[in-house]
Amino acid sequence: MPRNLGHRLLQVERVSKRYGRTLAVADLSFGVAKGEVLGFLGPNGAGKTTTMRVITGFMPPSEGRVLVGGLDIAEAPLEVRRRIGYLPENPPLYPEMEVAAFLDFAARLRGVPRGRVRAAVARAVERCALGQARDHIIGKLSRGYRQRVGLAQALVHEPELLVLDEPTAGLDPKQIHETRKLIRTLAGERTVVLSTHILPEVAVTCDRVVIIAGGRLRAEDTPERLVARSGAAGRGGGTWEIETAPPADAAEAALRAVPGVARVEAGSETAERTLVLQVEAAGDRAIATDIARALLAAGCPLYGLRRGGASLEDVFLALTTEETEGNGTGEVTGESGAPEEDA
Amino acid sequence: MRNALTIARREIGAALASPVAYVLFGAFAFLYGYFFADYLQSFVEAGMRMSQMGGFSGGTLNVNTDLLRWLMASTAILVLFLLPLLSMRTVSEEIRSGTMELLLTAPITDGQIVIGKFLAAFALYGGMLALTGLHVGVLFWFSQPEIAPLLAAYLGLLLLGAGLLALGLFFSSLTRNQIVAGLLTFGALLVLWLVEFAGARGGELGRLLAYLSVTGHMEGFARGVIATRDLVFYLSFAAFWLYLARESVRSRRWRG
Repeated sequence: MPRNLGHRLLQVERVSKRYGRTLAVADLSFGVAKGEVLGFLGPNGAGKTTTMRVITGFMPPSEGRVLVGGLDIAEAPLEVRRRIGYLPENPPLYPEMEVAAFLDFAARLRGVPRGRVRAAVARAVERCALGQARDHIIGKLSRGYRQRVGLAQALVHEPELLVLDEPTAGLDPKQIHETRKLIRTLAGERTVVLSTHILPEVAVTCDRVVIIAGGRLRAEDTPERLVARSGAAGRGGGTWEIETAPPADAAEAALRAVPGVARVEAGSETAERTLVLQVEAAGDRAIATDIARALLAAGCPLYGLRRGGASLEDVFLALTTEETEGNGTGEVTGESGAPEEDA
Repeated sequence: MRNALTIARREIGAALASPVAYVLFGAFAFLYGYFFADYLQSFVEAGMRMSQMGGFSGGTLNVNTDLLRWLMASTAILVLFLLPLLSMRTVSEEIRSGTMELLLTAPITDGQIVIGKFLAAFALYGGMLALTGLHVGVLFWFSQPEIAPLLAAYLGLLLLGAGLLALGLFFSSLTRNQIVAGLLTFGALLVLWLVEFAGARGGELGRLLAYLSVTGHMEGFARGVIATRDLVFYLSFAAFWLYLARESVRSRRWRG
């Protein structure tokens, strides 16, 4: 998929949204290619929900425009809305209805032809694993089931574009895992925009990430490249987490001696005589071997060694805290050097 | 139209799943039954007095003009007080529960949402009025009321209900709190009812006020007269509030 505008299913162009005098979203532009899963990332109050409401046609933007499948949402609102499935932050459910009856209603509302409603509902029920809850009253379902019904109503008319506002909020780990899996299975056939403030979620489910803060675009790229880019920006090659045994002095001394290691931070000492150390090091993953060798040579045990998982978090924090300091500079956009991404 | 019917169908289901509709139907059946029994008793007593006097009074009693007319006029007042209960939840509940977001992002127009809600409330109101068929049916058992004036009266009640529900729908679209919506509706209807008495003082202003009275236009229908000015009043009254309701729903989009 070449990254030209024509192949983008969703195109957000210079969108701003004001509530009275507050500027919730400022001059936001990004696009989503067909079949892509885009993660929409930002701290609470960054303008994620507002942006999604503009994309779904719930509210018109104050400035700018939104194109879905080449159609301007302001010019063909009904046609565009037919192509979108939307799961708001709070699933819009009627508590007194049964699951199947509600999905039937949602399908009709979204313009599924009368003869195909039944099949559409059956498909959505199966896809979201709602078989057992089919005839249950929505108001009596658990949070996880309700979220799934919310997802089912967004899917029931087989929309080209799915917009999910914090789809895993309030779910338990198993449900989160299932929801992410479902979203991954949708990728490719459907285009998905999902918002979240949970970082691992983005790394797991999304092909590309848009980070916003204070209503402004801070970055747009693949999760991997965002991490790589922030590394190149001067904080060293990456962080490593090392599990060894106390005393800390010996291990730290050994690690500092490894060429490429920039900083060693003594972490927590856990109950089972385990010491966790954070190491920042330049260079590529080969340094893991050097670290291991140095530790063993110094007579320290090695219980675990892994690349720090917090790197995307670092990027996120770096990008979103700039904003609170008040300067809008230092914006990173993926447009600059990224022609190879969609190969 | 299909979209509006989809909304209306769900709306009726929701109303029948909540206790409000049953409380309302019950209250209406009770109060209407009371009025009916009371008017019937007066009617029968008057009839007995008349026959005792051996026709000296020179008049005869007519079940249409001496019973049904007053019954229908009283029903109009009853409807005025009860219908806010039917309209208050329509839009408020959707706003409160967040399902408005579902409706406003569906491929339907704001007008279809309003019409769907209106049709549902109107159908429930029709069901409520149908309860009165029982009492009126009893009259046919013992007497021969004329059917045409009776139908005119029902037409009037339906039109009155349409107007009241449209107004209630508008107030329901203003707030997420259905109690507030109900009270606003009730207050507005009270004003539109009381202008009838203010209008009785005469003068240009009095004529205007009298024209605005929602129940005043019911009198003709209760007598069995279908007048164009009454028809026009109720239809334009309903259309006016439905239009405002649509604009109110539309403005939700801007306010978020």
